[in-house]
Order: sequence, then structure tokens, then C-alpha cells
Amino acid sequence: MAKVVGKVFRVVGPVVEMEEVQGLRMLDMVEVGESHLIGEVVRLKNDRAFVQVYEDTTSLKAGDLIYSEGFPLYVELGPGLLGNIYDGIQRPLQVIKEKEGVYISRGVHVTPLDHKKKWHFIPSIKTGETVSGGNVLGIVQEAPLVKHKILLAPDIQGKLSWIVPEGDYCLDDKIAAVWDKDKEKEVFMFQRWPVRKPRPYKERMPVNEPLITGQRVIDTLFPIAKGGCVAVPGGFGTGKTVIQHQIAKWSDADIVIYVGCGERGNEMTDVLLNFPKLIDPRTQRPLSERTIFIANTSNMPVAAREASIYTGITLAEYYRDMGYNVALMADSTSRWAEALRELSGRLEEMPLEEGFPAYLPSRLAEFYERAGKVDTLMGQNGSITIIAAVSPQGGDFSEPVTSHTKRFIRCFWALDRDLANARHYPSISWIDSYSEYIEDIKGWWHKNIDKQWLEYRLAIMELLQKEQRLLQVVKLVGPDVLPPTQRLILDVCSIFKNGFLQQVSFDKIDTFASARKQFLMLKVIILFYRRSEMLVKKGISVAEIRELPIYNEIMRMKQVYSEAQIDQLEDFSKKIEAILSELDF
Amino acid sequence: MKEHSLREYVGMEEVVGPIFVIRNIHNVGYNEVVEIVDKDGISKIGITLEVGKGMAVVQVLGGTSGISLNNCRVRFKEDALKVGVSEELLGRVFDGLGNPLDGMPKPLFDEQLDINGYAINPTAREYPKNIIETGISSIDVMNTLVRGQKLPIFSGSGLPHDMIATQIARQARVKNEDFCVVFAAMGVKYDTARFFIKSFEESGVLDRVAIFLSLADSPSIARLMTPKFALTAAEFLAFKKNMHVLVIMTDMSNYCEALRELSTIRGEIPARKGYPGYLYSDLASLYERAGMIKGINGSITQIPILTMPNDDITHPIPDLTGYITEGQIVLERELNSRGIYPPVAGLPSLSRLMKDNIGEGLTRADHPSLSSQLFSFYAHVKDIRALASIIGEEELSPLDHQYIKFGEEFEKRFLTQGYFERRTLEEGLDLGWDILSLLPKDELVRIKEADLKEHYKYRGDEV
Repeated sequence: MAKVVGKVFRVVGPVVEMEEVQGLRMLDMVEVGESHLIGEVVRLKNDRAFVQVYEDTTSLKAGDLIYSEGFPLYVELGPGLLGNIYDGIQRPLQVIKEKEGVYISRGVHVTPLDHKKKWHFIPSIKTGETVSGGNVLGIVQEAPLVKHKILLAPDIQGKLSWIVPEGDYCLDDKIAAVWDKDKEKEVFMFQRWPVRKPRPYKERMPVNEPLITGQRVIDTLFPIAKGGCVAVPGGFGTGKTVIQHQIAKWSDADIVIYVGCGERGNEMTDVLLNFPKLIDPRTQRPLSERTIFIANTSNMPVAAREASIYTGITLAEYYRDMGYNVALMADSTSRWAEALRELSGRLEEMPLEEGFPAYLPSRLAEFYERAGKVDTLMGQNGSITIIAAVSPQGGDFSEPVTSHTKRFIRCFWALDRDLANARHYPSISWIDSYSEYIEDIKGWWHKNIDKQWLEYRLAIMELLQKEQRLLQVVKLVGPDVLPPTQRLILDVCSIFKNGFLQQVSFDKIDTFASARKQFLMLKVIILFYRRSEMLVKKGISVAEIRELPIYNEIMRMKQVYSEAQIDQLEDFSKKIEAILSELDF
Repeated sequence: MKEHSLREYVGMEEVVGPIFVIRNIHNVGYNEVVEIVDKDGISKIGITLEVGKGMAVVQVLGGTSGISLNNCRVRFKEDALKVGVSEELLGRVFDGLGNPLDGMPKPLFDEQLDINGYAINPTAREYPKNIIETGISSIDVMNTLVRGQKLPIFSGSGLPHDMIATQIARQARVKNEDFCVVFAAMGVKYDTARFFIKSFEESGVLDRVAIFLSLADSPSIARLMTPKFALTAAEFLAFKKNMHVLVIMTDMSNYCEALRELSTIRGEIPARKGYPGYLYSDLASLYERAGMIKGINGSITQIPILTMPNDDITHPIPDLTGYITEGQIVLERELNSRGIYPPVAGLPSLSRLMKDNIGEGLTRADHPSLSSQLFSFYAHVKDIRALASIIGEEELSPLDHQYIKFGEEFEKRFLTQGYFERRTLEEGLDLGWDILSLLPKDELVRIKEADLKEHYKYRGDEV
């Protein structure tokens, strides 16, 4: 039971200073005042403590009592997480809506998981076996395609004294007990874990597989590895959120955790309404069955925004520990950093650049280091990939959040204002972006798709770099003075930009491109360039090539060939070869 | 309000600007209402900004002039600040704190609502749908406004943002639907407020408008309350009375200035350009009150107007606004000086909710690709103009000349329209096609064959 641990001394916005503190530890969760608002201890001094409160503090008074159960802020982990939508401290928003109506009221206490729902549990070990933290006790079919492995909490080990037979149980039912040293510990289908403490694993593994997102500019030019971290910085209107949505929809992760951190309410609604309707191209099941949403919109309390990122990553770690590949979208980490700044200001801490606290970089580092590919305690590999949007103030990438984030990530998709203005989406700049994962994952492409992947990728990157230089010249003197081979480069890059990089998220065919389709499209363009270059060198004019019908067909192939018609792309490249050979006499 | 539990204190410790500190009090809640009565019996309203053991920091909404340290009576009301609402707000004019300015008595209120509102549960929201046809092509075709959207106008001093806002309010009226306007003016000059009221009058919607004015000469702190009063009224009209409410708030820059003023007086740590670190959260608490709710017919559509200091879009006010709102209509000084009205900048303007609400079955099948193509060509025109300014227009290729011609027609025929001209979406789209037809077919890479066949008639030879 929660006992009284102190009294309110002062209230400043979301920060409460308390006095007469007894027995509180750092980061303990507390309940403040008559309505039991949830908060967390962030500073202790003599008999005083500072608490950041996750709800609106209106009407709190000096002298109000503060209670605590002596736990840190935790999340509940167990079957029933998938498809749910939570606020920043894992309160289920749908349940709150049913209980409280359309507005979020204060002091609502509901368990994150439905403790009464029956799940069909199939044990996978027997009484008497020795078990340790992270071992699989049994399986629950959480969603049609997701087997939820019931894991022993990491801090328990010993001999299994009993386990229930196969059957339907709810979360409140004991399913097993373990003799740990000389105490029998009861085991349920759910466990609690403090959000700020990374869950343990056996060891970190090197990343070696790409997260296929179906977005060509990403997978082909700036790939992200499963277990990697990528930052997506961009000013407003450059399409951060659409990229996050696209990856949440089409990436080949097993589980997607979508954290809407201080963003728009309507965007969350869009996701919530759409995901149940969208069908995962690989499994033919609704996307919501593999997704967990965390929504702390910009008008919800700021302290909970700070916590939402940790809540998200802890849920991700839980599914990683079952051996799944998890993708975590955080939109946007800048709002999280701002929440940190706001709370730091209220705590009267010394500010650094632009008012951010000095510990901003270490907090960022802690967060990004929770991504990675690991050998889990249960002995299977699992991974967490973080795709973090950054909203730089004024679109300036040198501001503190962007520049510190760059130190902890290995992949950077810089969104470009000019591309966005020309409605070239995704507006990922091919000049400023980079990926350090290419060497790690090229093996996967070569093994699964084609050995020429890296060569083609380098070829097109080189053309884009050349084009960049040529465009400088064109800006000064116009394109007509360039020699034909260079004009051909401009043409091919224009095809590549319009026909490959630009991808229409609301077009049925174009919204997703499999790795194989991407490779074949790239191959078509490289082939076209190489054959044309030979022709141009022999004296055939660039205009003549441009007038060929295939020129336009290449530009439009992205919307013509669906995933089912991929093989026709092979025929298409043969056709190009044949037509270009005709010009060659 | 609980009238009986009033506790009254006399005397304060310190008064700075709009804030005072009072000690030796007890049982005072954070963010609650305080009434201050000076020795002449004049009463003012305040809110507790900070409470501690035996002390409170209070901001006085009416300004602290006339308040003295020892003969003011201070009453703590144990309740959040509330505003009375009813349908009778329509057709009336109030000051920033909800007192009538039009000489008529206070209307009868149905309800008293907390002015801070509550956050809408994201699972209870309805995704904005149904476009609002504003009759302005640069908005309808290029940056479609959707019911329940928050779409600000980013302007600069001297640009005709007020005209555009009133033109939208006049033309956006939906037939057979309960429609009303809530207008909040923060720190604007009397002339500006007068312009709005007059144009509401002329278009015959004045009886459907609730006006909240806190003009440039009223205390800056009142500006902080004005949008909250207005939005609380809007929420009542939309979600309790099922009306489609258009909220026009001008000028958000003045609101942010007032916030900065207050924050500085309180000695808070500033973030960028002296604005407090919570500017984003604070703006979000206003803008996020737009939207629709499942199962309720009404909606709140917001058009906040802000003047970018020095036309700088990276200034914290437009920057943070852009991160919260669903797009922005940016006005361009260069277009304005060339006499183009409305001077909606082609490229930086954006409506985020457009993509889900246009196209087949919603507006017209060719709408998405047409607008995308217009944007892309106009971006290219800007490049060519830059090139022409270096090498001279004569040196341009024939195709580039066609682009230049496209740019001219786009600005002179498509963007330009009269203050009283209402151009339907259909007309706007057709005009867009007419201008696109200046360019050869092969250039129109973003448009599908079927749409080309139906709408495209090449007339580039005229160039």
C-alpha cells in the first residue's frame, strides 16, 4: 500500500517541491495530493525532494500529502500490449476514454494491461527444471502472427517448483513458482520493469542486416541496419512525420513501437484510424496487430512527454528479449529534449546552450545506446532499431539537439527544405545524408538480392555528386554549354530523382518497393546510363536519346510495375538494351 | 464558484509589473483564481503562478496599477479561472477577460467552463475531413483547408493578412450548416479590430461572430487570456452546440511577446531570443484545441495570424507554430509589392491535411497530381529566373522561356484574384490545367496519362 512520504512545500508548474520527506529514493514514483497525481522524484536534498508531476498540477496546495509505494516509475509488460495506445506513462488512452469521456482528466488510475482478459497459455518447460531470468516459460498467441513468449523476470533464478498446465489464464492468475535461494517466488504472465533501467541481455552483437523500409532513397542510398540508430532532422513541413509513418507501415520489423512525443493530436488520430485498416504486405494482417502506440501530444503534460521516450524503449526491449526485431519511431526527440529543458528550468538548474541542461548529451547517449542487436537471455538474437525525428529550431542543424544527436547515431537522413518546397518527397537530401551501415549490411544485399548492389549504388552516388558540381556551372551559364556526356549525367540524375528517389506515399503501387524491385529499378537506370554514355561518345545526341519513348517509361516505371509484376522489370531492361542498340550503328 | 469558502487577506509583500507576492496565507492552490480589491473598491482578477508554504505568486490580469502593498484585499477563490458560455456570445463584443464592450448587459450563460480547457484524448479525436472551399485558388488548389485543421497565416507587417482572413471568413460559409466565427484580437490596433468588425458587418455574418478584443493599449497580461477565453467559447459552440466554428486569432506574435514579458519579470531561464522554454507547450495548448471529436457534429478550425518579426520564418514564433500547426499559408512581400493579391508564397506554403482529403471521390481525381506538378514547376521557374538574372533572358533555351511564361501566368492569373472574387475549386483546377498546358507533355512527369488525356491541351506554341 502507498504510504505518506511527505508534504507539498511549493508548486511551480509541473514541478513540486516537497518537505518532511521520509524514506524516498531517487526516481521513486510518488502520488501527489488528494487526486493522487503521478510523479517521480528527481532531486533529494536534506528533508526536501523535487518531484516532476506527470499531470496538470492545477489546485495543488502547500501541505497536500504525498504518497509512495517505494517503486521507481515502471511499465507493465505482458500480453495485451500490441495494438494498444498509451500515454507517456503507459496509461491506456482507450480505457481512459471509456471511463472519463473525450477529455483526459487528472488522477486517473487504470492498469496498463487488462488483468481480467483470458489468454491461452502453453507452457514450454516442466516442473523441476532450473530456470534463470529471461527464460521462456511458455507461449501466448498475442496476435494472430505474434507469439508472445512469457519470460521469467530477469532478477529471478532457481528451480521451477510448479507450472500450470496448458489453458486459459488471466494476468492475475499465478502461472508458476520458482525456488530462488530459499524463497518461493510466484510468477505471473506479466512483469514490471523500471523505465529508466535498460533490460539486461547476454551480449551485444554486430549489426549485419538491413531494416528494409520499402522507401527507395533509404534502402538503396542510406540504409539502416536492424539494431541501428538513425536521426531524421528537418524543419517543419519537410516530411519527418510522413517518413516515420511510412517506416512504421512498411518496414520489415516484427514489432513497431510508435512514440508520438509532443506532436500533433490529429497526426496520432491519423495513425490510429489508419493502421487497423492497412494490411502488412508480408503477413497480410492489419498493421495495428504488430504496433504499440504511445501518444503524448503537445498539449498533454510536459513531464509525461519526457517519460514517453523511456516508456517506449522499455516496451521495445521487452519484445527484443523475446527475440524479435523491434523498430522504435520517436517523433520527435526535440520535443523530448525541450521537455527536459523546461523541467530543468523549473528546477533552477544552470542552463547551457539555448537553455538546455548540461546533461542533455548524456541523456541522448543513454537513450540511443538502448538500441542495438543483442543475444538475449533466452538465447535468441533480437534487435531494436531507433528511428528518431529531430525538429531543429529554425531548421538549423547546428542547434544543440541535432548536433549532440549526431554524435550517437550512425545514420543521418537530412531533410531538405528545397526538396520539400518542390514537393519532392521523401525529401531526404542525397548530399547531406549518410549511412555508416553500408559496409555492415552489403553482405545481406549481395547474398539475398544481387552481387552488384554495392557497385550500382556507388555508381549512382558518384553521378549524383557529379551532378551537384555540374548544377553549380549550370546556375552560372546555363546547361547548353556543357559537353554531351555531362548533359547526359544531368538527364540521368533527373530520371533518378524523379523516377527513383521521389516516392509517392499515397500511391498504391509506389508507396512500398521491395528490395528486389529497388535493385531492378536501379539496374535499369544504371544500364540506361552506361549504354547511353557509349552512344553519346560515339556522337549520338543527348536530345535523340531523350526523345525515345523509353526515356519517359523509365521515369514512370515506379508506378507501373507492382510487386507482382517485378519480373517484367527484367524484360524492361532487356527492351532498353535492345532499343539503345538500334541507335548504335 | 464556491462563493462561501472565500478567504480574504490584506497586504502584499512585493509588486513587480503584473505580478505580486503575498505571504502568511494558507491553503492556496496552484493556478487558481484570485480576486484583488483595491482601496477604491475596484476589483481585479488574478491567477496563482506559484504557490508555496505560506506564500503565493499571483499574476494580475487587469494590470497592477492602483495596487498598493497594504490596503488591498486579496481573496482566494479555490477554483480555476472560468468563463461563462452560451449561444448568446454570438453577435457580441467582449474584452480580453470576457466583459462586454458593446454596452449591452452580460449575456445569460448556460455554463461556466475552465478557460484552460482539457487535452482531447487522441483516441477520441476524429481525423479532420471535408475540405472548406475558401474560394481562393492558392488555398483551395494548392494548400487545401480542411475542417478541424489549424492553418496559420505567416505574414509580415504591412502585408494583407487581415484581408485574406476576412475573405476566408466571408467565403468559407458552408450552406445548410451551423456556421460561426470566433474572433480573438490580441494587442492589435483599434483600426485593425475595426476592419474586422466592419467586414463581418458587410458580409452579413456579424450576428454569427463572437468577438474578443484586447487591443494594443490594454495590459499585456490580458492578451494571454484572450485566446483562452475565445477558444473556450469556441469549444462550447462546436462540441456542445454542434456548430462549425472558424477561430481567427490575430496577432499571435503579440501573444508570445506578452508571454516573454511575464517570463522575464518572473526571472525564468530563457531559451531562444528571450522566449521561455515552454513557449512550444504553451502555443500547443492553444493550437491543439482545434479539431473534431468522434460522435460530435461540430468542429473547430483555426486560422491564427502571426506577423513574422523582420519577415524571418526561423524566428521562434513562426518556427514553433509551424511545428504544431498542420501547415502554413506564407505571405510573400515580393509578390505583394508587385501588386499580386493574395500574395500567397507558392513554395513555403503547405497544408498537411490536404493529401488525405483531395483526389478521387473527395475533390477531383486530378487534384493531387495537378497541385504537385504546379509546385514542382513553380520551384523550377524560380531556378530559371535566378539563371536569367545572371546570363540574361535572351540566352535562355526555348523550353526555359516556356517556363518563364508559365511562371508569369501562374502568378498573374492563378494566384491573383479579387478581394470579392470567389473562384470555385473546379474553376481553380481548370485554370491550373490551362496554365500547365503552356509546357510540353513530356515535362509533366508527375501526372498520370489518364489525367493528361482528359485535361491537357498543349498551347505552348503561343509562347
